[in-house]
Amino acid sequence: MSNAQTLAFETDCHIFEGCGFPTPGLHSFLFKPIFTVGGFEFNKPMLLALVSSVVVVGFFWAAFNKPKLIPGKLQMVAEIGYDFVRRGVVYETLGKKEGEKYVPLMVSLFFFIWIMNLWSIVPLAQFPVTSVIALPAGLAAIVYILWVSVTFKRHGFIGGWKNITGYDRSLGPVFPMVMFFEFLSNMIIRPFTHAVRLFANMFAGHVLLVIFTIASWYLLNGIGIAYAGVSFAMVIVMTIFELFIQALQAYVFILLASSYIQGALAEHH
Amino acid sequence: MISLVQLASEEKQNPLIPAIPELVIGLIAFVIVFGFFAKKFLPNINKVLEERREAIEGGIEKAEAAQTEAQSVLEQYKAQLAEARHEAARLRQEAQEQGAQLIAEMRAEGQRQREEIVAAGHAQIEADRKAAAQSLRQDVGQLATDLAGKLVGESLEDHARQSRTIDRFLDELEQKAEAAR
Repeated sequence: MSNAQTLAFETDCHIFEGCGFPTPGLHSFLFKPIFTVGGFEFNKPMLLALVSSVVVVGFFWAAFNKPKLIPGKLQMVAEIGYDFVRRGVVYETLGKKEGEKYVPLMVSLFFFIWIMNLWSIVPLAQFPVTSVIALPAGLAAIVYILWVSVTFKRHGFIGGWKNITGYDRSLGPVFPMVMFFEFLSNMIIRPFTHAVRLFANMFAGHVLLVIFTIASWYLLNGIGIAYAGVSFAMVIVMTIFELFIQALQAYVFILLASSYIQGALAEHH
Repeated sequence: MISLVQLASEEKQNPLIPAIPELVIGLIAFVIVFGFFAKKFLPNINKVLEERREAIEGGIEKAEAAQTEAQSVLEQYKAQLAEARHEAARLRQEAQEQGAQLIAEMRAEGQRQREEIVAAGHAQIEADRKAAAQSLRQDVGQLATDLAGKLVGESLEDHARQSRTIDRFLDELEQKAEAAR
């Protein structure tokens, strides 16, 4: 373990003590495996992903296992969350009739992603699972496979391709070029941006939090204590900001997923 | 702070290349969540939400039905009340008419009975008179015969005697009439 890839907490080194600022970087997102089974390395993001499942399932088990006609507090909170996704996202984009069967997917995506993001500010965990590209990529792939198959199911093979490429002869001679870019945009860039939007937001948020947290520790020496105070204030501000971003990104992810499905169901022009 | 210990990696890292183990675990974690939502939580809560919606709408419908019923009952009651008043007035009217008729009938009956009584009295008087006249005639005949016999038996030369006989006859007649009474 080289010095440059070690965080301040492990070195116990402060400013004016002859050591450089232990900048966080990509190495902040790599973890030693907790245990290894036959070459399979089980690490912290995996653990947090599974704990996220347990938390989401546990919460909704408590709220919705035996739901009451007159809800208790827990059920009421869960109902508000459920209604937000169902009415606020799915019905808004897909309509009640078409959207109903996508509600379970969107609800589980929203709460799963939100809880995974939330680990970023939970003490001891302090790591957003979605800042590991594998998780947003996997979820974006599910959405991608879904909307592409919905497109072909709804419009047939030719119609599906027309839908995806935005086939429109009235555009005149540029229409092959439009088709090319539409294809590129829908089939290749869309899933990539869908995954990376979530990943990058959480990644950047985590880097910011880590920088200010490390700086607060690193600056704790002499005159640096004043700066450490400022840095710590930033940690608190960023924590509150992250709390907002975490929910927002989960919302954006399912909003985009719904609008992709909506595009797949829509008639091509 | 053990959890924050980072792995130092010598190889070149690309954060955009997903690691297969993480991808697999992530998908498994998601499928667990999705399965519970799709098979258990959402069917459960949807059922309850539907029941709640029905309960609310049913409650409103019930209240509306009750109100309509109350309204109809009130109208019915009012109609019955009006009818009862009307009936009472009619009965009073009828009773008055009947009373008046009764009085008139009774008066007529009284009149008739009085006339009957009077008529019966008259008939009785008539019968009595007839009986009296009958009896009187018989008596007068008898008396006349008696008187004629006496007149024939006595001498008629004496006018005074004659008049005495007549007086005697008349006295006798009077006495008989008094006795007949």
